[in-house]
This record gives sequence, C-alpha cells and structure tokens, in this order.
Amino acid sequence: MLRPLLRKSLHSLWYTTSVSQSRCSSQATVSIQENIKNKRKRAQLGGGQKRIDAQHKKGKLTARERINLLLDPGSFIEFDMFVEQRCTDFGMDADENKFPGDSVVTGHGLIHGRQAYVFSQDFTVFGGSLSSAHAQKICKIMDQAMMVGAPVIGLNDSGGARIQEGVESLAGYADIFQRNVMASGVVPQISLIMGPCAGGAVYSPALTDFTFMVKDTSYLFITGPDVVKSVTDEDVTPEELGGAKPHTSVSGVAHDAFEDDVDALLKLRQFYNYLPLSNRDPAPIMATEDSAERSCPVLDDLIPNESTKAYDMHDVIRALADNHDFWEIMPTYAKNIVVGFSRMNGRTVGFVGNQPKVKSGCLDINASVKGARFVRFCDSFNIPLITLVDVPGFLPGTDQEHGGIIRHGAKLLYAYAEATVPKITVITRKAYGGAYDVMSSKHLRGDINYAWPTAEVAVMGAKGAVQIIFRGKDGQAEQEAEYIEKFANPYPAAIRGYIDDIIEPRVTRSRICRDLNILASKQQSNPWKKHANMPL
Amino acid sequence: MRFIKIPSRLLSGLSPSGNKLFSRLVHDSRVLQHYAQAANKSSTNDKPFDKILIANRGEIACRVMRTCRDMGIATVAIHSEADNNSVHTLMADEAVCVGPAPSSQSYLNMPVIVEAIKATGAQAVHPGYGFLSENKEFAKFLAANNTAFIGPGTFAIDAMGDKLKSKQIAMNAKVNTIPGFDGVVEDADHAVKIAGEIGYPVMIKASAGGGGKGMRIAWNEKETRDGFRFSSQEAASSFGDDRLLVEKFIDTPRHIEMQIIADSFGNTLWLNERECSIQRRNQKVVEEAPSTFLDANTRRAMGEQAVALAKAVNYKSAGTVEFLVDSKKNFYFLEMNTRLQVEHPVTEYITGLDLVREMIMVAAGHPLSITQEDVGINGWAVECRVYAENPYKSFGLPSIGRLSRYVEPTHIPNVRVDSGVREGSEISMYYDPMISKLVTYGKDRTEALSTMCSALDNYVIRGVTHNVPLCHEVLRHPDFIKGDISTNFLNEVYPNGFTGKQLSGEEHKHLCAIACAFYARQRLMGQTFLNQTRLPQMGKVMDTLEVQVKLEEKTVTALVKSNDNAYEVSLNGSDVINVSSDWSLSSPTQTLSVNSGSPFTVQCVNSSATGSYQIQFDGTVFDLEVISLTAANLRAHMPVKVPEDQSLVLRSPMPGTVLSVSCAVGDKVAEGQEVCVIEAMKMQNSLCVSRDGRVKSIHCKEKESLGEGDLILELE
Repeated sequence: MLRPLLRKSLHSLWYTTSVSQSRCSSQATVSIQENIKNKRKRAQLGGGQKRIDAQHKKGKLTARERINLLLDPGSFIEFDMFVEQRCTDFGMDADENKFPGDSVVTGHGLIHGRQAYVFSQDFTVFGGSLSSAHAQKICKIMDQAMMVGAPVIGLNDSGGARIQEGVESLAGYADIFQRNVMASGVVPQISLIMGPCAGGAVYSPALTDFTFMVKDTSYLFITGPDVVKSVTDEDVTPEELGGAKPHTSVSGVAHDAFEDDVDALLKLRQFYNYLPLSNRDPAPIMATEDSAERSCPVLDDLIPNESTKAYDMHDVIRALADNHDFWEIMPTYAKNIVVGFSRMNGRTVGFVGNQPKVKSGCLDINASVKGARFVRFCDSFNIPLITLVDVPGFLPGTDQEHGGIIRHGAKLLYAYAEATVPKITVITRKAYGGAYDVMSSKHLRGDINYAWPTAEVAVMGAKGAVQIIFRGKDGQAEQEAEYIEKFANPYPAAIRGYIDDIIEPRVTRSRICRDLNILASKQQSNPWKKHANMPL
Repeated sequence: MRFIKIPSRLLSGLSPSGNKLFSRLVHDSRVLQHYAQAANKSSTNDKPFDKILIANRGEIACRVMRTCRDMGIATVAIHSEADNNSVHTLMADEAVCVGPAPSSQSYLNMPVIVEAIKATGAQAVHPGYGFLSENKEFAKFLAANNTAFIGPGTFAIDAMGDKLKSKQIAMNAKVNTIPGFDGVVEDADHAVKIAGEIGYPVMIKASAGGGGKGMRIAWNEKETRDGFRFSSQEAASSFGDDRLLVEKFIDTPRHIEMQIIADSFGNTLWLNERECSIQRRNQKVVEEAPSTFLDANTRRAMGEQAVALAKAVNYKSAGTVEFLVDSKKNFYFLEMNTRLQVEHPVTEYITGLDLVREMIMVAAGHPLSITQEDVGINGWAVECRVYAENPYKSFGLPSIGRLSRYVEPTHIPNVRVDSGVREGSEISMYYDPMISKLVTYGKDRTEALSTMCSALDNYVIRGVTHNVPLCHEVLRHPDFIKGDISTNFLNEVYPNGFTGKQLSGEEHKHLCAIACAFYARQRLMGQTFLNQTRLPQMGKVMDTLEVQVKLEEKTVTALVKSNDNAYEVSLNGSDVINVSSDWSLSSPTQTLSVNSGSPFTVQCVNSSATGSYQIQFDGTVFDLEVISLTAANLRAHMPVKVPEDQSLVLRSPMPGTVLSVSCAVGDKVAEGQEVCVIEAMKMQNSLCVSRDGRVKSIHCKEKESLGEGDLILELE
C-alpha cells in the first residue's frame, strides 16, 4: 500500500523528510499534493472549457494564451494562482463559484530576455470582473515592478466591477489607480485592451503610458450604449461609441489599434524593445547593422521647391532611422504631428515631426496634446528627442481659440521646456512664429539645433508679414521678395546662434548619431519642486 | 539651387555646376569602359563644339552629357520647374529652367528653349529622343540661327516623320513595305471600309509619331470603330495631329530594327540589328542585339535596304529603320526613327561605338570614324527598360512615387545602367515612367542573359512599383531563351495577364527556408541589447526555433537551427535545407546560398513583427508568413476579416487625370461597360465596371487628377 504511494509522490520534499509519520498523516499530505495539482489544473482552465470555447468563438484568446504569446516561451512565472475571491453574498461562497486565481492571471516573465510584469484579465471567470482579490493580485505585481524597476503590461478584458462585492470592488479599482499614478514615470506602463473595458475600469488604462486596442473586439467607454440610450436617447453601437476606430482617430484615448489578438501581442513584443525598463535605465541600445555614417541622399530631394507644397515627414524619419524602422504612436490621430520611436545607431529615440501633408503641419489643440504627452514620456524614461520642424504656426479660428488652443498649445511648450533628455532639432523648412519657439527651439534648451538649407525661420510667412510691415503701401510683390530674401532662409537664425549649424540633408543621420553619443552623458536638472504645475 | 526657383529668372537663371552633390554621380562607374575604347578609335581629336545644349531630360540627357564630358564639351541642361533638382539638371555645367512641369510648357516650349540656346551660347543642340527630337520646325529654326542640330536634316525628319510619306519613299527606294491604305482615314466608317478591303486584322495608327501611342489593333468592325476613336484622341493629345492610317496587321511578327549612321560625305553604314519584339501595348520592354532570328543574308539585305532608305532622304546622323519580320524572315518596313533610339546601348555594346559621339562629330561636319568593314558583331547585349509601373495590371500601368531606396547594380561587371534618377528622385506623372535602362553584355547570349538576371536581382528600387518581375520572367522563359518570340509574346505567354513567377516545388521549399533564415536572424538581432545591465537579460537565445511558414496558400512547419551564419531549416520534418549568407538585415539585398549551391541574391522588401515577409526572389516579390508554432496555433482562433467587396467599387488603377465620365448617379450599367476614361502618361485608359448594377455615387469629375486606388464610383 505504501510503496506505490511513495513512488507517486517521491518528488515531494515534505514527504521524504517525514516518512516516519503516521500512515494517516502521509495520506493527508498526499491528498494535499493532489489538491494542489488539481487546483493548478483548474486554474489553467480558468472558467472552464465551455467558456474558453466561447472566448475563442468571439475571436479572442484566453488570458493564459495571451501571456504565453506575449512572453518568451517558458519564461512566465505566475503569482497568486491560488488566490480566490472572498465574497460571501449571493451564494458566491459556493464551491462552484471559487476559481483558483480568480479572474486575472498575474506574474512576470521575459520579453526578448528582458523582465516584464504582466496581468491578464480572464474573461472566462465571471466575465473578467474585478473583485477585491483580482485587484489585490494586480497591485502585488505593480508594487514589485516598481521596486525592481520593470514595466507593467496589462491585458484588459473585463466586464467591469464584481457587482456582488459592491464597494470592495470599487476600492480595488482605486487601489490600482493609486499605483498607476505612483508608477507613472517610474516604470513604463502599457495597457492592451483586448475586450470590454467599461466604467471606472477605463481609468487604469487612461493613467498608463500607452493604451493599445484590438480592432473589432475591444471597447472602452465610461457608460455603455444602454445607458447612453436611456440618458440621451442616442442610438449607438459599442463599436461606434468606444471601439478602436473612434479612440484611435477621434478621442485620442488609444495610441494605436491592431488587427487581432495575435497581431497585437506580437507587435507589443516588438514595441517593448524600444522601452527602457525603468527611469533608472538608459534608453536601450540594440545591435544594428545600419551604419551610423550612412548618408541619406533621399533627403536632398525631399523638400519641394514651392514652400506651399507638401511632403511626407514619415519619409524624413524613415530615411534617418536605423533600418528605416519607425514605430508610430497615434498614427491616425492629429496627423498634423507625427510622433513615435525609432533607433539611431541602435539607441531608442523619440521622433516628433510636424507633418506638412496634413493641415500644412500646423499645431492645433489635438496635435499639441499628442506631442506633449509623447515628449513627457520620452523625458521620463531617458529617451532622447529628435524634433523635425516644418511648422507654419498655430491653427487659427474660433474653434481653436474657444477650444483653448492657448491652454493646450502651452502643454507642448511646457513639455519641451521641462525636458532634460538630449534634445536635437532639425528645421527642415518652415519654423514660423510662436510655433518655432515651441518646437524644441534653442531657447527651450535644445542641445543641438540644425537647419537644412531650405529652412525659413521667421515670425510668419512673407505675405502676411509684408501686409503688416507695409500696410497700405504699394509694391507688395517687391517687398515680399525682399522679405523672402531676408527671412526665408536659415541665416537670420544662424547669425544669432539660434541654430548651431546649417547642414546638408544627407548628412543629418550621421550628425545626429554622433551628437547622441556625446549627449549620452548630458546632465541637466530642473530646480527642486514637489511637482510642477503644468497647464492641464 | 535657390535662385532657379524664382520664375522671373527663368531664362537668365543659369545654375553653375559647383554643387558637390552630383560630382559623385558623374564620376561613378556608369561611365563605361567601352566609351573610352570608342573614343580611342576616333580619327580626330578636334573638339567639334565648345558647348552643347541638351533639349531633353532624364536618362537620355545624362547619357548625352556623359559623352560630351568625355569629349571635353561643356553642357547645358534645360529643365522644367519639376526637374529643378533632377540628376540631369545637376549634372550639366549650366542649367536653364524653361517652364512649369507639363512638358507642353517646358520641354516642348520652343521659344523659351531657343532663348536658352542664345543666352548660353550653345553651338549645338542634342534633342535626345521624344520631345523635339523629330520636330522639323525646331530643326529648321536651329539651322536658321546657325546652331547645329545633332540629328538629321529637316528634309529627312519631315519625310520620315509622316508614315504615309515615308512609306511612299520606302517603296520608291525598293524597301519592302506592308500592304495597306496609302491615305488618311476620314472617319470611323471609312476605317471600317478600308479594313474590309485589306482584310482583318488591321492596325490603326497615328500618321504622326510613334512609340505605340495612338496605335490600336482591330480584329472586327466594332474594334475598328473603338480603335479609331481612341487612336485619334491619343494622336491629337500626343502629337497634336489626329490623322490616322490603316494597314494590314502582320500576325506573329517580330520587331527587328536596323541602326544606321550617316555623315555628310555620303557615308551611310548599317550597324546591325536590334530585336525589340518583347513589347506591351506596342511599347518595348526587352531589347537585344543582335537578333537570334536573322541569318547573315537577311541581316545584310535588311541593312542594305535601311541604307538605301537613308540615302533616299539624304540622311545624316544616327537613325533607325524599323522592320516587322514574319516567320519566313520576310521583312517589311515599318517606320524610320530619325533620332537616337532608347535602346541604342545594345548596339553600342556589340559594335564598340559611342553613337552619341558619332552623332556629334557628324553634326560638326566630320566624317564617320569607321567604314562598313569595321562594323562587326562582338558578343551579345540585352536591355531591359525598367519602368515605374505595375506589371500585374495589363503588363504595366504607370505608378508614381519617390525612390525611397535606390541602388543600381553597377558593381556587377558588364552591366550598364542608363538612368536619370538617384535615391530620392520622384517619378512624377508628368513624364515617361521609365526609371532606367538596364543593359548587360556577354560574350554570348547566355552570358548576357545570366548577367541580366543577377543585375535585376541586385537592383534595389523601393518607393514605386516597378516591372522588374516581368523583365525577370521574360528572361527566364524557355521560349525567350530559345529565341522563339514575337511581338505577341506577352499576350501569348500570359493570356490572362502577368501573374509573376510560378514557383516549382523545389523553389517553394527554398523560399520557405530563406524566409525562416530571415526570421531567425531577426530574432537574434531583436534580442541583442548592448546596454541592459542594471537588470540583466535573462533566458537564453533559442538556438532552435519551431515555426510555421505560409507561402502561396501552402503551410509547412519548420525547425530552424542556427549555426553562426548558416541556418539549417527542416521543413515538415523531412527536407533539410541549408541557408548561408553574410547576413546584414540593414542591407536591401542579401546574397545567399542554398544547400551550398551557387550564390544568388534576394531582397527582403518588407518584414513585420507579426511575421509577414515580402521577399523578392527571381524578380517576383512573394508574400510569406513566418510565425512561431505557438502563434500559428493561436492564430487559428482569430476571426477572418472580410475585405471590402471590390466588385461594387471602381478605383483608379493608376495615377492620372479624368478625361471623361460617361455615366451619372442612378444610371444602370452593365458588366464591361466603359464608365470613365483616364489619361495617364499620355495613354488613354478606358475603365469598365466589373458587374451589372446601378451607379450609387461618383467620386470624381472631369480634369480631376486621381491617385492610384482613388475611388471613382460605387455601385449598389
């Protein structure tokens, strides 16, 4: 009787050290072993096979499948697999309502060999709803991530609060919010919305650095279509209200959307490589085969002869970047400014560029906010900023003025002025008016400010300027020509040292790579303060 | 660069060539050795002119300038505003802006060009091909102003420029001609009547001009009427002359042309033939010299007839007499081009001559440097016209864009690339979409063809769609290799349109293995951080990867083992394929070897984190998917996204201008009905709906310009 049992649980350290104990007790131990095994097995299954199948049918992966795809194979170490929800009301304490691990899978693992903390909400358990146990699990890994200095990735797929738990669930949300805020600027936080995320729950992704969505299967809204209907009598589908499309193109809540779960997780792995693990780490440098000295002849021909003609700022960024790779943030929102990550000589950099192709590249409310948030992320995490300037000014109009362009434009100005990371600026063409100042100008502590020969640094375009200077006088065409001769070139700024050098476009990459090497040891700090009061 | 922006200085603005950007371009390896050889043969070292103006743009302007430079002659470029920074503009010693982008206002703007000649003091003008090269008014004007025209006399241009006249002269000179109606066709009814008399099929073509523009083949009455309409419109817009003629269309014809050169001392030589049978819509794609089809007797007969014709019009300079050759080696005069041809480099390769040099010498009144006895055939040369166009749409619909990456394969011996672009150049809708002429040479045809294949493999063109896939496939086609071709080659070999390379079973496996190797290499590079030390990297780089590869609806699993620069890929657990290379993921080309075979070059055009790869293999770009087995298994749960029903919408297949919209919202339309005509690169393209329906909305109007893929109309 004893022998087969012994063999069966030989691996148990506890058992082998207590062989002399009574048969009864050892049997109990064995059953504990079995119990643990069973629990693990059940935890693996989440809400059960039926619910897993339903999840698949919706075109979604399960919480565990997602983690397995996100992390390097076999690297996931799970926390709190045995945590259970502790609600006693509404029959929740019944055995069939206890799922080991509850409705979230948490732990850590590796992405391309680098540490990452991750939580993945399990829709198959109570619709992924947030219980106090669920919240507690998330808080645990967030606390550890901050201590260790490694990013937190949240895979959101939750119906909302665990209503049976009432205020405990709300407390859970707030606990997470508090940690989101504490971790902000300490470790990168990424949210990937892979299912519903509604009500108060939306504020956790909103507090993280990046919110990505999965097309067609994810939603983010404060109040769902039903409530909307009852309050405002508006008919709206969840997709129209809070799907990937409105959030990536209209609201600016999400930073990008991906085709499906697999797509999203594979892309997230790639994205992760751009980020430092914490504010204690430098921007990552990856091995690259792209020469830092590579010349970019494509840039010589890029700027059209007519200053009114557009070109694509993406072309400039791709030409400069290692392997022509550019990870764009918010590619479909406020397209008049382009922001995103690339590498220069292997080192992660953040590109910010005005986009002449859209609204002539002017700054408006949305572009300012988009730019400001990106600049602040880079500054928080030691990622050098490269700013490509072709800006005719701020967008005029009552919409903008009444919408608060003064307040919002100030955000971008503030972000640049505050940033202490290496800041390199290239004026490719127009740098007009206040927008010139804003776009990482020398005056806002730009470290290296270049101009291409096509640069025009001026208060405004020739036509407008002449109308003011020579109001009511004849010979506008001549005066315009004179103004162009005087200001539509890089010299006035270069003479005053507002730009450090006028460079041929083709050498821009090699110059920036060299500058980044030197500026890697840049030291600059802002005066002590509790925190700044940025114009929100 | 700055002051030529200003239109008021259009004429006086001569930009000096002190710009260091292009000195590199000029001194690169494209100035071929054989030019130098040709130069040595020349009997005189006198500089014929001090300064030549090149009244053209793009590759031919650059081509002419290279010879001028070799001869120590200063060059003047003319350019439109769109070409301010073009290679030819920068390459010249002086450059003059002659007007806005449309060629009718710049490169065809005779008064301004004449002013430019006066202002720069150019003693001679080389017109290149196209534009003013066969414009007798231009030649006349130059003669009156004591400026040499580097081309034939006005009489020859005039006589040969008109198809009816030239045919008459040819018949008088005892040159074989095609049966047809020797007169101008009055209207569609008249065309139908004539066609009935000659017998179908017939060819309707513009009396003026050439290059396939204004040319249609008709096999029945309806096609004759349609053809008449299109041809006269095209002729009017391309040549300002809508006169048409009709002639017998020769079935399975080969297009073989004879290069001639003549001086003003009565010396007229034939420089052997070029075969240009590989054409699409009557425009040449692949050319070679000599032809596989001609025997020495036919060649001589053809050469002598060409010379006879040239003499009949007192021809001097370089010219080409085009013939159609039937399967029995009967040849018929087609037309004479009184200019330097696009495909002249193949003749230069096999004869060792520099035709531009000869043209310049002749224009300066010097005799030819050689006699007929000196002309031989030495080796074989092939030319591919590399166009910015989509070969999968009617063998090539124009595409536009910026050359975001561009590397010419001039590092390969015996490769010549005549181009007027560089990385960053824009292929605009204003001009011909040709990117370059890729020419290769070999001691025999096999060698020339094989060099061409590797030249195409190593040619990096990104940012515009191009026809390299088509060129590559033609060169590898057994019929082409045998020399069994006609002008119908493309339509016969690809009756349902060009679909790219068809992979053999073996090639399929090799390509899968190559993609796996790229994947493994990227995995390795994507894991190599140089400064992540505070929290060190953990785990180990996997030396064996389990992946799934998808190519052309076929899915295989693969085990990829890395061993330094070699990857051992076992497909479906059986076929083991070794892929080795000096990997560089930053290089646009990757030369690799499969199973230690001879090295070849592929290009990884695109790759993404989600496992999609676009690999150019034997010219064609293949879409592959390589993902980990885990991801592949999970992808099975992903929903299939339904793409938009394309039959309900009509999109512009190319960038162009809307000429007409022949339906209105609410109209009932039938499958195949023409609803819109778009003009692109001077070709009129009729767009038809692909199903019956009612027009729901129209998204363009006449004269509006469209980009590729722009919505034209929607059906309901």
